[in-house]
Amino acid sequence: MTQETIAPPGQGLAPVLDIHNLRTELLIDGQWRAVVRNVSLTIHRNETLALVGESGSGKSMTALSVLKLLPTKISRIGAGQILFEGKDLASLSERDLRRIRGNRIAMIFQEPMTSLNPTMRVGEQISEAIRAHKNVSRADARLQAEQLLQQVGIPSARLRLEDYPHQFSGGMRQRVMIAMAIACRPALLLADEPTTALDVTIQAQVLAVLAKLKSTYGMSMVFITHNLGVVALIADRVAVMYAGEIVEIAAVGDLYSEPMHPYTAALLDAMPRVDRTEDVQPIPGSVPALTDIPSGCAYAARCPLKQPCCEKDHPELLPIDGTNQRFVRCFVRSAK
Amino acid sequence: MSTLQRLCHAPLAFGRLLSRGGTTGWIGFALLLAIIFMAVFARWIAPHDPIEQNIANRLMPPSSEFLLGTDSYGRDVLSRIIYGARISLLVGISSIVIAMIFGTVVGMLSGYIGGRFDQLVMAVVDVMLSFPSLLLGLMVAAVMGASIENLIIAIAVTEFAPFVRLARAPTLAIKEKEFIEAGRALGFGHARLMVVHILPNMVSDILIMGSLWMATAIRTEASLSFIGLGVRPPTATWGGMIREGFENILDAWWLALFPSLAVFATVLALNLLGDALRDAIDPKQRRS
Repeated sequence: MTQETIAPPGQGLAPVLDIHNLRTELLIDGQWRAVVRNVSLTIHRNETLALVGESGSGKSMTALSVLKLLPTKISRIGAGQILFEGKDLASLSERDLRRIRGNRIAMIFQEPMTSLNPTMRVGEQISEAIRAHKNVSRADARLQAEQLLQQVGIPSARLRLEDYPHQFSGGMRQRVMIAMAIACRPALLLADEPTTALDVTIQAQVLAVLAKLKSTYGMSMVFITHNLGVVALIADRVAVMYAGEIVEIAAVGDLYSEPMHPYTAALLDAMPRVDRTEDVQPIPGSVPALTDIPSGCAYAARCPLKQPCCEKDHPELLPIDGTNQRFVRCFVRSAK
Repeated sequence: MSTLQRLCHAPLAFGRLLSRGGTTGWIGFALLLAIIFMAVFARWIAPHDPIEQNIANRLMPPSSEFLLGTDSYGRDVLSRIIYGARISLLVGISSIVIAMIFGTVVGMLSGYIGGRFDQLVMAVVDVMLSFPSLLLGLMVAAVMGASIENLIIAIAVTEFAPFVRLARAPTLAIKEKEFIEAGRALGFGHARLMVVHILPNMVSDILIMGSLWMATAIRTEASLSFIGLGVRPPTATWGGMIREGFENILDAWWLALFPSLAVFATVLALNLLGDALRDAIDPKQRRS
């Protein structure tokens, strides 16, 4: 797609977001169970990192942990740091977090149909997002709202400001959500399956809008999805999650051409493709339950490369080929 | 659209809404307007002074001079009913507004915060609902003494609980919606989420309930005045007039009948209006 026009991710500079050994826990039957375990991630300026994995692999929980949008009573950040603009978000007060949410870090969600307030005009909702963080007059906010709608590709933006969300289609509503998210020019956008609920042509349009905004504002993006086809279109780097852990991190090209972790390989084989004659291969077995995470490698039970050590010891996420670009959590692969 | 424009559109929108609820809504609305008009312009409409006593004219049956007769102190019943509308509407409206505001705030907080606080509030509300409203009002009025302010507070207390319930249920449902989470992700505070995003979703329900419960408030006021816990004589109140008339019911039927009809007409008007609005807004309850 528009990969060439995007400036290369600023690798040498300090990362925009730096997650260190994040552990997020859920209260299940009176016990704290980790849904995100030892996740470390860095996202650089103008970089799109895709977070992929099956349902329940902890990708959304990781994103929600960054903004501490987890349900307060049944979840907590057990350990780790989330460094953003010199602050540790994991230990920030609700009040300080509120200043960051929507302002420096924004988030868009999966369900465009229900993510807008049905009782408020779209223009008011975008203005509200601006005025929550910026000291601007109503008229100015409105003007900005109109420009934002134009930017996300909504025709006759001025008229559409007066419409209610039910007058928009799903794809249009997701554009409105994006307009609200980028209203304060955030440094980082967390996109939690933003195209999953949209049909394929609309999906491509929304992805194009996101890619354009990213290159215009030099925004970084964490793109959560289970759709590897979408990843190939939008991401610079990919982190694959399994059972709450990152099992592989790689540049998008490397991941597709040479998946290292057996789970990544299995995910790619499970994706239907035209350029391949073999049947789609489903992954045998299922994700281990939160209450029953094995002490060894979490993927061992489903893994075709399983060795005796895989069930005893827990593999670390280790760099391979010494470049600090590719990491894999696998005894078999990192030994090679 | 400017705020002014929107204000100008509001009556039109209200009219359209009322029409959807059928003609009975308009009848209730007209009746209510007439009663309000009567209360506001009582000084010019009432043919006689409502308090001045004239023993020479005592217990006169309806005639051309005294259209609805006179009471045992020779006061004009029609004038007293017209002035009594003021007390009834004042007590009805202000107690409902108080109950509505406090009930909505507590109900929303209860639903939004949840947990122990919610359980506690609901337990208190259940206890309050288990008392008949007249009994609860009677207790409050008896403890605080009879005055118009106390009457308003007493009636507000009896009608507080239903509004808590009414505000809590939609709050519980709406706070789980994605747009609330999206709002949190945009950095909105809890107060903003409650007032700007949750409240508008229930405002119509609460106003409709308000008009229906206002009828009950006016009835409770009349009942409390009837048993002597309302506004002190000689101020004209419908409940008080019914009580005085009750003593002479065999000799002077007009004394109790006409104020009763006034209460009846007001309650009917409010119920017709509230039902029509409810039908117009909630298509599920609309009869085809």
